[in-house]
Amino acid sequence: MSDSTGASEPEGTEESANLPAQAGQQRLSEPVARQGLFGVTTSGDTSGYGGLLVRVPPEVSSPRPYGGYFDELSDELARVLEADGTGFGDAIERVIADRGELTFHVRRERLIEVATKLRDEPNLSFELCTGVSGVHYPAEPGRELRAVYHLLSITKNRRVRLEVATADSDRHIPSLVDVYPALDWHERETWDFFGIIFDGHPSLTRIEMPDDWKGHPQRKDYPLGGIPVEYRGTKVPPPDERRSYA
Amino acid sequence: MTSQSAPPRASGLDDGTAEGRVYNVSGQDWDQLVAAADEIADSPGTGHMVINMGPQHPSTHGVLRLILTLDGETVTECRVGIGYLHTGIEKNMEYRTWTQGVTFCTRADYLMPIFNEMSYCLSVERLLGIEDRIPDRAQIIRVLMMELNRVGSHLGGLGPFGLELGATTIFLQAMRMRENVLDLMELITGLRMNHAFIRPGGVAQDLPPGALEKIREFLRQAPAWTSDLHKLMDSNPVFVGRTKNIAYLDLEGCMALAVTGPLLRSAGLPWDLRKSQPYCGYETYDFEVPTRTSCDTYGRYLIRMDEVDQSLRLIEQCVDRLAGKRPDDDPWMIPDAKVGWPARLSLGPDGMGPSPEHIAHIMGQSMEALIHHFKLVTEGFRVPAGQAYVPIESPKGELGCHVVSDGGTRPYRAHLRDPSFHHLQALAALCEGALLADVIPAIASIDPVIGGVDR
Repeated sequence: MSDSTGASEPEGTEESANLPAQAGQQRLSEPVARQGLFGVTTSGDTSGYGGLLVRVPPEVSSPRPYGGYFDELSDELARVLEADGTGFGDAIERVIADRGELTFHVRRERLIEVATKLRDEPNLSFELCTGVSGVHYPAEPGRELRAVYHLLSITKNRRVRLEVATADSDRHIPSLVDVYPALDWHERETWDFFGIIFDGHPSLTRIEMPDDWKGHPQRKDYPLGGIPVEYRGTKVPPPDERRSYA
Repeated sequence: MTSQSAPPRASGLDDGTAEGRVYNVSGQDWDQLVAAADEIADSPGTGHMVINMGPQHPSTHGVLRLILTLDGETVTECRVGIGYLHTGIEKNMEYRTWTQGVTFCTRADYLMPIFNEMSYCLSVERLLGIEDRIPDRAQIIRVLMMELNRVGSHLGGLGPFGLELGATTIFLQAMRMRENVLDLMELITGLRMNHAFIRPGGVAQDLPPGALEKIREFLRQAPAWTSDLHKLMDSNPVFVGRTKNIAYLDLEGCMALAVTGPLLRSAGLPWDLRKSQPYCGYETYDFEVPTRTSCDTYGRYLIRMDEVDQSLRLIEQCVDRLAGKRPDDDPWMIPDAKVGWPARLSLGPDGMGPSPEHIAHIMGQSMEALIHHFKLVTEGFRVPAGQAYVPIESPKGELGCHVVSDGGTRPYRAHLRDPSFHHLQALAALCEGALLADVIPAIASIDPVIGGVDR
């Protein structure tokens, strides 16, 4: 069953791609994420690292086996999705098994279907969705905004994470409130903080910020704000203007 | 409110946003309000009253605003307004180092600060891949602090609950016991709340001398205090009348609304993450998961009291383990110079600060130690890119921290999945169709803290 899934597709090409020279070439062709070691651009950086180019890492799926119950869970999800005739690879873009957690990157058109299957199929039975949290990646064009769902199966004592990406220019993700009613406030919060529009939500209004607030505060292009503080004779700049080491 | 001709008055709003008349109830307009209520009562079924409860209402556990539609005294619709205490904790964490993040997330739900720190630190530790390398002593101190905090949080919920029902004594008895818990936490961490005590890699400092004796003394007195509370509440006719069969939510409702914690256990499901998905070595402790099948506020009260008893058992086991013979090298912070906070604290004449031995070590003996100290304190450690979500069983239910790293020295995103926020969604299911007076026990049975709801 696992051979026919999209997750294991790249296996055929893996051998040649893993050669160091080719991997290096491939890395050089990736777009540049940022330049320089430090975030400071206003001062003369004398560290010698100003010319550093950091490239966007390629997006890969985790290789099989994922370990633990992850393989069984992926196979079962693939089985029920393929029983519908649509297939696993079409709904799930990538599968990441990392640090003991399993993440399905779900295509947003198929989100409701995947969530419904995860909830209803007796072998999956993820009864609870414990919430959605947004993440903003301005450096990844076309997939800037992410909605991350954490599902919990009490019956099977398992967890899984769904991640849905959308472009900043098209901020729509289907609402899962019909599948998991408890997502109501979480989706409102994610709209409030990130500007992701959950289509089909019964009343997508701001929840933490005032109704007439402008902007979405958790986005990376939204400033933290703050004023310099004088402490023992020197001015300490606000946190977002301090030197960043990342 | 709407016009300059000012004395407080009953009037329709001029801006067209309100349907029907608006009464501000701001003084000297009581007669008009009573007359209006009579008018509605004379024509049943035709009118309803929309009441704003909060955000400054003393029974709503902070700045919670309820918009209640009443038909007589029956609540026909309950809408919840939150956001009055939003302080941007998550956004702020993105601009500090991973270690400093603890200082922010501890302030979210201020009745259970240790749990906020714990869920954040567990997520960071999973990202760092150091979950298996946390020293035993740190894990025991963490469990000890969490269980002390659980006792404090439950008492901080039950005491004011009594007060909301009009019983001052319940409040005072609960607060007396909670005060002793806070004294212990102050002794250990230096602060009564917002401890920032649990850090990625371990805990901030070892237990101070004499702490175990103080905890033992507390454990000797605690059963009498909980028994006092039981005597005050268990069969108190007013308390029982206000809580039994109030705010009913059965297992089906809990599942649909993804409710966890005491609310879920009051529906009979023994779901406790300390048992089902253990962390910090909870699988090695001996304790039970109390449940009830009454699905009501009274059942949730009994569960919270039972959990206090179970926490006392756990605290005793922690104290026994900590009092055992200590090996020579028994750290409370991961012995990894790239992650573990290097400074050892000691009490000097001007307060807590780095110990003179540590200063002598980094300034006089070890260049590497100085470099590590400098790098960790100024820029902090780097966390490999990825994301983690580690849920723990807080006093209120599942508390998880979704942490995303881009490989830098600051969290790329940190999101607290707070049980109070999540459970307040269930409030409409708990109170619609009930009387107005039952809204207050319904809120108290969720035990929300607005610091956690709004973050």
